[in-house]
Amino acid sequence: MNLVHPEQGTELPALAVRVTREQLVRYAGASLDFNPIHWNERFAKEVGLPDVIAHGMLTMALGGRLLSDWLGDPGRIAEYGVRFTRPVVVPDDDEGTLVEFTGKVAEVRDDGTARVDITARSGGKTVLGKAQAVVRLS
Amino acid sequence: MPLDASFVGRTYPPTSSYEVSREKIVEFADAIGDGSALYRDPEAATAAGYPDVIAPPTFLTIINLAAINAIVADPELGLDYSRMVHGDQSFTHHRPVHAGDRLRLTTHIDEIFARAGNDFLTVRADIATEDGEPVCTTRAQLVVRGEAG
Repeated sequence: MNLVHPEQGTELPALAVRVTREQLVRYAGASLDFNPIHWNERFAKEVGLPDVIAHGMLTMALGGRLLSDWLGDPGRIAEYGVRFTRPVVVPDDDEGTLVEFTGKVAEVRDDGTARVDITARSGGKTVLGKAQAVVRLS
Repeated sequence: MPLDASFVGRTYPPTSSYEVSREKIVEFADAIGDGSALYRDPEAATAAGYPDVIAPPTFLTIINLAAINAIVADPELGLDYSRMVHGDQSFTHHRPVHAGDRLRLTTHIDEIFARAGNDFLTVRADIATEDGEPVCTTRAQLVVRGEAG
C-alpha cells in the first residue's frame, strides 16, 4: 500500500465527477434508496424541487472517493461525516451535473491519524458542509 | 405538528442480521465509481491485511437508511416523511467492514429538538457483528421542514 506522509496544509488530488441520471439509478439500486425524488421528475416537482436531485449519500460517497484515491487503502478512513447543505440538481441529459471535490489536511495528530477537510461544489456553490474525515496514516 | 419528544432515548434492537457479500460491495463501488482493488480483489485485500475484500466507507448506508426509515415511519413519532430531509450523516469505523461480516444494527434516538420552525431528530446506529464486535457507529440528523419553510 502506498503510505502517505502528509503535513498540515497538504492538498489532496482534486476530483471532478459528472453526476448523471444513469448514475442516480445505479446508486439507487446499489444503496437500496429508492426515494422517488432521485429518479422521478414529476414527483420531485410535486414536492417543490426544481428537478430530480442526487442522493446526498451519493455526493458523500463521491467525497469518500477523494479520500480512497489519495490513501490507496479506503480501510484507513476511520471517521467520515458531512452536512448536506444544498441539493445537487441533475437534469435529464447526457451531461449531468459537475460536482468538484477538494481536500486538505487540516491536522496531523500524534496518534498517527490526520483530519482531512473536504469541499464539494456544484454550479459554484458548496453542496456539502463540515465535510471532515479522520484517516489513519499508518 | 412537533415530534413527540418522549421518543428521545428510545432504542430499537436488531431485527435481523445483514450479511455483507463480495457482490454487493462491487455493485456499490461501481455505483460510486470507486475503482479500488481492495473492494474487488480478495488477494489484494488479504495482502493489505484484511480477511476479505473491504467495503467503501459509506457502504453501511444500505442498512442504516433502512433502519432510519423504519423509525420515522412510526405514526406515534408524528413525523411527516414528505417534509423530511437528511441534514447530516457520519460514520465512525471501529474497523473496516469486509465481505462475510454478519452485522446487527441497534438504533437509538439521541436527540429531538425544534429550531426556527423546523424539527430535528438525531438517530445513532451501533453496528456490530453477531459476536458483538463493534464495527461502526453511524449518526444521522434528520430535519423536518416546518409548514412555512
